Amino acid sequence: MIYLQLFWTYFKIGLLGFGGGYAMLSFIQTEVVEKHQWISMEEFTDIVAISQMTPGPIGINSATYIGYTVTGNVWGSIIATLAICIPSLIIVITISYYYNKFKKNKVFNAALSGLRPATVGLIAAAVLLLITPQNFIDYKSWIIFGISFLLVYFAKLHPIVLILIAGGVGYLLYGL
Amino acid sequence: MDKVDKMDKADKTDKADKTDKVDKMDKVGKNQLFDMFLTFAKIGAFTIGGGWAMIPLIEKDVVEKKKWISKEEFIDIIAIAQSLPGVLAVNTAIFVGYRLKKIPGGILCMLASILPSFFIILLIAIFFKEFQHYPTVAAIFKGIRPAVVALILVPVFTTAKSSKINIRNVFIPICAALLIWLLGVSPVWIVLAAGVGGIIWSIIKMKSER
Repeated sequence: MIYLQLFWTYFKIGLLGFGGGYAMLSFIQTEVVEKHQWISMEEFTDIVAISQMTPGPIGINSATYIGYTVTGNVWGSIIATLAICIPSLIIVITISYYYNKFKKNKVFNAALSGLRPATVGLIAAAVLLLITPQNFIDYKSWIIFGISFLLVYFAKLHPIVLILIAGGVGYLLYGL
Repeated sequence: MDKVDKMDKADKTDKADKTDKVDKMDKVGKNQLFDMFLTFAKIGAFTIGGGWAMIPLIEKDVVEKKKWISKEEFIDIIAIAQSLPGVLAVNTAIFVGYRLKKIPGGILCMLASILPSFFIILLIAIFFKEFQHYPTVAAIFKGIRPAVVALILVPVFTTAKSSKINIRNVFIPICAALLIWLLGVSPVWIVLAAGVGGIIWSIIKMKSER
């Protein structure tokens, strides 16, 4: 039963997850954290951090991680990871087949014109959902948040470097 | 008799030649599948930070080094792959794989691109739980969590720019975010509504232009 739920959840995310990895986060949050409560929002945030520092896209990484945590075995990982890829496989092969017709498809392009602005909202929702008391434990968290944003947005600091620095700051502030 | 014998021989060598060719083609085919698998596994293993980080690597290997597809084709593939649902890197891998070796190629490249990260994350999933509660690890992650939230706030602004959000359409992302955040609406409905909305809007625009 849990395997079926896992498959269906990640199949849906693969099928409707428009707009790239960050936009996909709100899907994963609402399905995995809020609806099924397979992991906590804190743990989810940790997965995003780990995913930024390891190879592979966040959609795949979260599927692998959550598949294992929920079932406690490798099969959960395999099922969730394949489930998020199967819609892509079907869609891409179908489109490759009708490639030239698809490029000029008016209906799809019209749908896309509505989806593009909505994608921004999906990413914003992911941010709002992540602002929890567990992720922001005190005022220092907000300072880390503010400085991090400035460093990445304006100084174009690499995400991995940011996470390493933030980890060091966390150790200095909370670990000593 | 002699003639027939000669013809027979000629026929045989011809056949042998043909089977040789088929064998060679088969070998090249198998080698290419193996090559495709290795290439995408390498790309999957060395791109840290998600889909967009993978694109230049795929281009370098698949377009420039291996010359499996042309540059124009690759640009087309990326344009379509990023407008489809799902993971961009996986979509691109399937596109390229299908182009080269039909459905088996698509499946092979898909699996190759996800396998390295699959094993790495699986190991982390197995061992992270044990370290999670160490005070040092817990402290480190207390610092990392707000930084990660900031990291996701950045693409809100960069994507807003690239998808041309202005005063007239800014209500779309705002409504979408608030519906998900405050009312717990599933992003599934947001995506479906936005798609249908885009189609209706285009029809209205077309009719008013007439």
